Amino acid sequence: MGDFSPALIVFFGGIAALLVPNGRLRNIFMLALPALAGWQLFSLGLGEYGTYSLFGETLTLTRIDGLSRIFAVIFLIAMALNIIYAWHVRDPVQQVAALVYPASALGGVLAGDLITLFVFWEFAAITSVLLIWASRNRRAFFAGMRYLCWQIASGVLLLAGVVFYFRESGSLQFTNFLDQGLPLNDPAVMLIFLAFGIKSAFPLLHNWVQDAYPESTVTGTIVLSIFTTKLAVYSLARGFAGAEALVYIGAAMTAFPIFFAVIENDLRRVLTYSLNNQVGFMVVGVGIGTPLALNGAAAYAFCNILFEGLLFMAMGAVLYRTGTVKGSELGGLYRTMPWTAFFCIIGAASISAFPLFSGFVSKGLIIGAAAKEQFYWVWLTLLFAAAGVFHHSGIKIPFFAFFAHDSGKRPKEAPLHMLIAMTITAVLCVGIGVSQLFTGPLGDPLYALLPYEVEIKDSHSAYIAYTAPHIITQLQILLYSGLAFAVLQRTGLYPPELRSTNIDSDWFYRVPGRAFAGWVIGASGATFNACWAIVSDRIHAIMERIYTVHGPEGQMARSWPIGFMALWTAILLGFVLVITFFA
Amino acid sequence: MNLPEQLPVLPVVIPLVLAPISMLLPSGRAPWAWATFVSWLTFAACAFLLAAVEDVGVISYALGDWAPPLGIEYRVDLANALVLFLVSGIAAVVFPFAYRSVQLEIDARQAPFFYCALLICLTGLLGVTITGDAFNVFVFLEISSLSTYALIAMGARRDRRALTASFNYLIMGTIGASFFVIGVGLLYQATGTLNMADLHDRLAGQSNRVVDAGFAFIVVGIGLKLAMFPMHLWLPNAYAYAPSAVSAFIAATATKVAVYVLIRFIDTVFGFEFEFLGAAFTYVLLPLGLAGMFVASLVAVFQEDVKRMLAYSSVGQIGYMLLGLSFATVEGLTATLVHVFNHALMKGALFMAVACVVLRAGSHSIHAFAGLAQRMPFTTWAFIISGLSLIGVPLTTGFVSKWYLLEAAFAAGYWYAGFLIVASSLIAVLYVGRVVELMVLRPPHEDGPYAIPKRDAPLEMLIPMWLLVAANIYFGINTELTGGLAERAAEALMFTAGAGQ
Repeated sequence: MGDFSPALIVFFGGIAALLVPNGRLRNIFMLALPALAGWQLFSLGLGEYGTYSLFGETLTLTRIDGLSRIFAVIFLIAMALNIIYAWHVRDPVQQVAALVYPASALGGVLAGDLITLFVFWEFAAITSVLLIWASRNRRAFFAGMRYLCWQIASGVLLLAGVVFYFRESGSLQFTNFLDQGLPLNDPAVMLIFLAFGIKSAFPLLHNWVQDAYPESTVTGTIVLSIFTTKLAVYSLARGFAGAEALVYIGAAMTAFPIFFAVIENDLRRVLTYSLNNQVGFMVVGVGIGTPLALNGAAAYAFCNILFEGLLFMAMGAVLYRTGTVKGSELGGLYRTMPWTAFFCIIGAASISAFPLFSGFVSKGLIIGAAAKEQFYWVWLTLLFAAAGVFHHSGIKIPFFAFFAHDSGKRPKEAPLHMLIAMTITAVLCVGIGVSQLFTGPLGDPLYALLPYEVEIKDSHSAYIAYTAPHIITQLQILLYSGLAFAVLQRTGLYPPELRSTNIDSDWFYRVPGRAFAGWVIGASGATFNACWAIVSDRIHAIMERIYTVHGPEGQMARSWPIGFMALWTAILLGFVLVITFFA
Repeated sequence: MNLPEQLPVLPVVIPLVLAPISMLLPSGRAPWAWATFVSWLTFAACAFLLAAVEDVGVISYALGDWAPPLGIEYRVDLANALVLFLVSGIAAVVFPFAYRSVQLEIDARQAPFFYCALLICLTGLLGVTITGDAFNVFVFLEISSLSTYALIAMGARRDRRALTASFNYLIMGTIGASFFVIGVGLLYQATGTLNMADLHDRLAGQSNRVVDAGFAFIVVGIGLKLAMFPMHLWLPNAYAYAPSAVSAFIAATATKVAVYVLIRFIDTVFGFEFEFLGAAFTYVLLPLGLAGMFVASLVAVFQEDVKRMLAYSSVGQIGYMLLGLSFATVEGLTATLVHVFNHALMKGALFMAVACVVLRAGSHSIHAFAGLAQRMPFTTWAFIISGLSLIGVPLTTGFVSKWYLLEAAFAAGYWYAGFLIVASSLIAVLYVGRVVELMVLRPPHEDGPYAIPKRDAPLEMLIPMWLLVAANIYFGINTELTGGLAERAAEALMFTAGAGQ
C-alpha cells in the first residue's frame, strides 16, 4: 500500500462501509479496517511518510515515532473493541461516525505538521457530534450543539494560533513549541495551548464532556470517551512537554471532579468526571516533561483507554438492558448480570490502581515522576486524587449499579458481543498489570511501546512496579478510601443517590450565559429591525423598480419591434462614429 | 498534393462539400448519422490543425494557390485554432445529441434539410474563424447566418413565434452584416487590399475619416452579431424559439465566433496605434459590457421560460468577454478567450439539459422543471453542475474564467470592474438558484400540462450532454489547454496589435 496513511485507510474505509450491505457483512468489513490500518502502521515502521506540499510548505501526513506510535496502537485497538461492542448497532450514522471520528483522531496523532493536525482536529470535532446526535432526541441535539460550539472554538483557536506561529517562526512543523524559544504567554503559543486545553478539558473548559458525552447512545459514549481527550493529551505531550503550568492545571484536574463525581447520580456522567480526573494525571505527566513522566503519561493514556472503556462498556450494557444508568434506580443487578458486574469490577480495580491491574503499573510512573522532580504538593494532590478515583470509580460505580439496595430489576445478561468486547478489554487490563511479574520490568511489552527508552538505574526506579513500598502505599490508599466509604455508608452520611441536577461551571453559560445571549440577540434583533424598517422601504421600492424594468413585461425584457432594434443600432453607430472621429 | 498540406482548408471543405449529401439521403436515421459522421471528421481535422499550429506556429494556406494578398488566405494561429477546435468540438457533441430532439421537434420530411442546414451553419462559423481575408469573413458570416435563420424558423412547428423570431433575426442580422461589409468596403477604399495582415500593414499611419468610419461600421456590425448590449434584442427570442438542438449549437458557438471576429479586427487589422481604439474601449466596450452584465442578468432572474433565461444570461456573459477585451492587456484578452471557450462549454451543456426536459415534458417553461430531480436525475444534475459553472463555483470552468477576468481587472487597475464582476456573479446565483431550487426542493407536478413521467432522457442524449458537463469540470481543474493556450494566443495577438511598442 506504499506510504498510504493508516488513518486514511480507516477514514475512507469508514465511508465506504456504507456501500457494504448492512448487517454482519458490514460489521466484518468495519472490523477489518483497524486491522488493515494496524498492519499498515507496522509495515511502515518508524519514520515520516506521505509528504505533500501546500502553499509551498512541505507537510507530513504520517509521522510515526515513539510518541505517536503508542497512541496510534491503542486507538486502533480501541476502534476494534468498539466495533465488537457495537456489533448489534444497525444505524449507519453511528457506524460511519464510529470509524471516521476515531480515524480523524488517529490522523491528528500521526500528523507531522500543524496544518494536517488542524484538518484532522476539525474532522474529529465534526464527525464526533454525529455520535451525540445519534440519540435523536431534543436534549441530545442541544447538548450536541453546545459540544460543537466548544469543539469549533478549539479548532478556530488552533487555526489562529497556527497562523500566528507560522508568522513568528516560519515553520509548520508540529514539535515542542517551548523548545522553539517561544514562551507560553506568547500569543501564538497561548492560542494553541488553549485549543489543546479545550479538547483535553482543562478545569473550567471541561463542561462539554459532562454535558454532551452522557447524551450519546449506548455505544457512542464509549467511542467519544476515548478519542478526543486522548488526541488532546497527545498534542500536549508533543507540543508542550515540560510546560510547568500543565503540572498545576493537571493536578487541579485530578482533584476537583472528584467532588462532582461523588454527588452525581447518572453513573455514565460519574464516569465522565472520572475521565476528567484521569486526563489530569496524564496532563501532570506531560507537564513534568521528563522522559519518565512522558512515558508515564503515554502508558497511562494507553491503560486508561482500556479500563475507562471497560467501565463505560459495563455501564453501557446496564443502560442497554435496563434503560437507565441512574444510581438511584439501579442496584442488585449482580444477580442477573454477573459477567457484566465482574468486568465492571475489573475495570474499577484497574482504574483504582490495585496491584495486579494495569492502572497500578502506569499510574506509578506519573506519581513517581512527580515525587522525583520534587513537586511535593502536586504529589500529595495526586495521592488524594488516586484515593478519590477509587472512591467514585472503583467503589461507587460497581456498588450502586450491581449491589447496594435491590432495585428489583432483573435484566438479562449483556449480549454476547458486548461480553466478548469486555472480556478482551478485561484480559488486556489484567495482562498489562501482571506481565511484569513474568517478564521483569525490562521485558514488559507495554514498556517496549513507550516513547522514551526505559532506563532502570536502581531498585527504586518507578519503572519497577512491584516493589514493597509501592504496593504498600497503594494498598494503604485504597483500603483507607474503602474504609471511609464504608463508614460513611454505615453512618448514613454518604450523599444519597438522588435525582438531582448538579450545577457545574457550565451553569454560567447555560443560565446567565443564555440569558445574556438572549438579551444580546434580542437587542441586536431590535436594532436590526429598526434599521431594516428604514432601509426595507427603499429596498422594496428599488426591487419594484427593477421588476418593472427587468421583469417579463419590463422594458428590458419585452420583445421589441424590429424598428426599435434597428433604431438602437443606428444610435450606437452614430455614437461610435462620433467617438472615433473625435478620439 | 497530400492531405496534411491541405489540412487548413479541410475544416471548411469537409462540411461544405459533404453537407448536401445528407439532404439526398432518405429521411430516418441516415441523414443524422451522416451529419454526425461529418461533424466528427471536421472535429478531427480541427484537432489536428490545433496540434499542428501548436507545433509550428502560424500556418498560412493560399486558396487555389493564389498567393496572398491577392488570393484568399487561410491564416491559422493559436487564437483561431482554439476557436475552430471549440466550434467543431461543440458540433461533434451536438450532432449525436440532436437525433431524438429533432425527431420530436421537427417534421420528419424536413429533417434531412435540417441536418444539411446545420452543417452549412457549421461551415460558415468555421470559415469565419479560419479565414485571413476580411471580405471572406463577410461571406462566411452570411453563410452561417442564412442557415441559422432557416434553422430557427424550423422551430415554428412547436411554437409559431419562431417565425417572428427568425424574421427579426434576419432583419437585424442583415443590418449587422451590411454594416460590417460597409466597414470592410471603406477599409478597401483606404488601402486597396482585403487581406487582414496586409490591411494591418497598409492601415498603419493612416489617419482619415474613411478609416474611422470603417472602424465604426465594423464594430457596430460585429457588435450586433455578437449581441452586444443594447443590440441584443434579437437574441433571446431567437434562442428561445429555435429547435432545442439548434439553441444548444448556436448559443455555444455563434456569438463566440463573432467575439473572435471582433478581437481579430481590433487586434490584427487595426492595432493600438489608432487612438480611436482606446476611445472605443473606454466609451463603448467597457460600459456596454458592464451594462450587459447587469441588465441582461437581472432580466434573466425574472424569466418564466428557461431557454429565454439562458439566452439573457448569454447576453450577460458576453458582457464579461467585452469587459476582458476592453482592458487592452494580455491578461484581459486571455480572460476573454478563456471565457469564450468556457462559456461555450457551460451554455452548450445547459441548453442540452433543457432539450432533454423538452423531450420529456414538452415544454421549456420554468414550471416544467418542478421536482425534476425525482423525475430526471441525470438531466437535473447535468443542469446543476453546468449552472454552478455558470455562476463560477471553484472546480468548474466558470471559476477559471472569472478568476482570469478578476486578475485582469485588478492588473489593469479597474478595481471597480472587479467588484462588479463578483456582484453580477451573484445575480447568476439568483437565476440559476431559482431553477435549481425548483428542480431539487419542489415536488413534481402529478398531473396537468407539466407532469413528467419518471424517465430520464435517452442515453444517446445523456452521453453527449455529460461529455460537456465532464469537460466543464475537466477544464475547471486542468487549465493547461484553455488558460495556457489562450495566454499564448493573446500574447501573439497583442504583439501584432502593437501593445507595449
